[in-house]
Amino acid sequence: MTDATTERIIPLRHWGRWISAAIVLALLALLVRAFATGDIDWAVVGQYFTKSAILKGLSNTLIISVLAMALGIVLGVVFAVMRMSQNPVTNAVAGLYIWFFRGTPVLLQLLLWFNLALVFPTVNLLFWQGDMVDLMTPFLAALLGLGINEGAYMTEIVRSGILSVDRGQTEAALSIGMSHTAVMGRVVLPQALRVIIPTMGNEYIGLLKNSSMAAVIAFPELLRASQAIYFVNYKVMELLIVAAGWYLIVVSIFTVGQMYLERYVGRGQSHITHVPWDRRFLRTMFRTHEVMPTPPADEEEEEQP
Amino acid sequence: MTPVPMLLAEGVRKSYGDNEVLCGIDLEVTSGEVMCLLGPSGSGKSTFLRCINRLERVDGGRLYVDGERVGLHRHKGKLHEMTDRQLCHFRTQTAMVFQHFNLFPHMTVLGNVLVGPLKVKKEPKAEVVARAHELLERVGLAEKATAYPRQLSGGQQQRVAIARALAMRPKLMLFDEPTSALDPELVGEVLAVMKDLGDSGMTMVVVTHEVGFAREAADTVVFMDAGVVVEAGSPDQVLANPKHERTQTFLSKVPI
Repeated sequence: MTDATTERIIPLRHWGRWISAAIVLALLALLVRAFATGDIDWAVVGQYFTKSAILKGLSNTLIISVLAMALGIVLGVVFAVMRMSQNPVTNAVAGLYIWFFRGTPVLLQLLLWFNLALVFPTVNLLFWQGDMVDLMTPFLAALLGLGINEGAYMTEIVRSGILSVDRGQTEAALSIGMSHTAVMGRVVLPQALRVIIPTMGNEYIGLLKNSSMAAVIAFPELLRASQAIYFVNYKVMELLIVAAGWYLIVVSIFTVGQMYLERYVGRGQSHITHVPWDRRFLRTMFRTHEVMPTPPADEEEEEQP
Repeated sequence: MTPVPMLLAEGVRKSYGDNEVLCGIDLEVTSGEVMCLLGPSGSGKSTFLRCINRLERVDGGRLYVDGERVGLHRHKGKLHEMTDRQLCHFRTQTAMVFQHFNLFPHMTVLGNVLVGPLKVKKEPKAEVVARAHELLERVGLAEKATAYPRQLSGGQQQRVAIARALAMRPKLMLFDEPTSALDPELVGEVLAVMKDLGDSGMTMVVVTHEVGFAREAADTVVFMDAGVVVEAGSPDQVLANPKHERTQTFLSKVPI
């Protein structure tokens, strides 16, 4: 022993991790080589990646997915509270809503909204009246189709979040005189968010990708913008890669944002300090030894063979 | 004229389906009195307590808090069920301390104490904050104001819960087994705060298994079993010289 106050400890070696890392890297190299030497014109990918038509499609995708998600969240909270209320009427209405909009494909719902003019040729909204064809633009049809469908799923997600909050929280809030609305808004929903946010992030990513279905009702989102180009120049694979690249970029940025949001809504819940993944990776893969502080060797405990 | 009792129960009944939990409870608590409810699990003590602030609805009998019917109000000679709004107002007169504390985990200690007076009673913020700090001082947790409940021990959490209840300036405080979920070494600090409260003149109804606390702090001890009041009286009468066999059996089994 060289030092009386520290000890060197050799951590357990995880050879399996190194072997699996080698296999993964080899497979990845093969895949990269296949695509690099395959019949893909990478110059075209680069050229179209920032083309204004593609960026316009991307911004439409972002706008429709954000607005539809916002609509979905509002509907989800409202219908979840209705679904759980004692009032049999609101309860049944919420049940019906979930039954219909979760029970039919979103593609079908988009077509229904878009073709609503076939059923109701004219509309009278008191402040606005005219032809349905003018009102139900591809944008509005996409927003309603995606948002209302999302609302049905969000209802169940919010409901599971509400159910996850201990009943004692509601009782404590009632006991200090809070109304049912205040109990929900101040006590139950803020805690339910911890359960809701991870699933909601999943839903948003799903919605972002599902917004590509709005292509069928002529809404000019990212996928439709890419298609419009490859219908002309036949660079199908290249433009699909452009669209895929953008979807991945948006989802990646969103995932990071979600991580911070989760940490915020989980405040007061844990005191685990967060270690960045890169440091964690380096530490678990490359650590050769660990130095542990120990008390100075005690003469009584010291065993000398 | 006799003063209106703070709590008056006349033949209070409550059942869940076919299971009758309270079979006619008659009790009276005068202002400033500390009443301890003892009894085996399932005897209906907690249910009775939860009827007082209308977390549970009574199925029969009459229950009054400070002369007002619980959950009911008289209008043009007829009894009406209270609306959500009236019920909220009614509940601000009492405050409850729970077995599992039920602090709001997403709010700081100070936030927990403030939320009632600030958001329910809409009292001015500066005044409420000053009072909250005083209350935290009183329960010995002045320096924990910015901590979250998860970072406190059970005993500290329960003392915060008492401060939260006191912040509403209730006429009547209800304690539902406040020390049952605590480690033995933490029970004392919570009981000390409660004893101090009782000495200061707060009207309290305490469901507890702490016979020692009942003996020291209670004005009246009530022994309940199977949904009825078996025996009620001063701690000396009920704890030292129980008349009923059921009370004697119970007391012989609980640690003193």
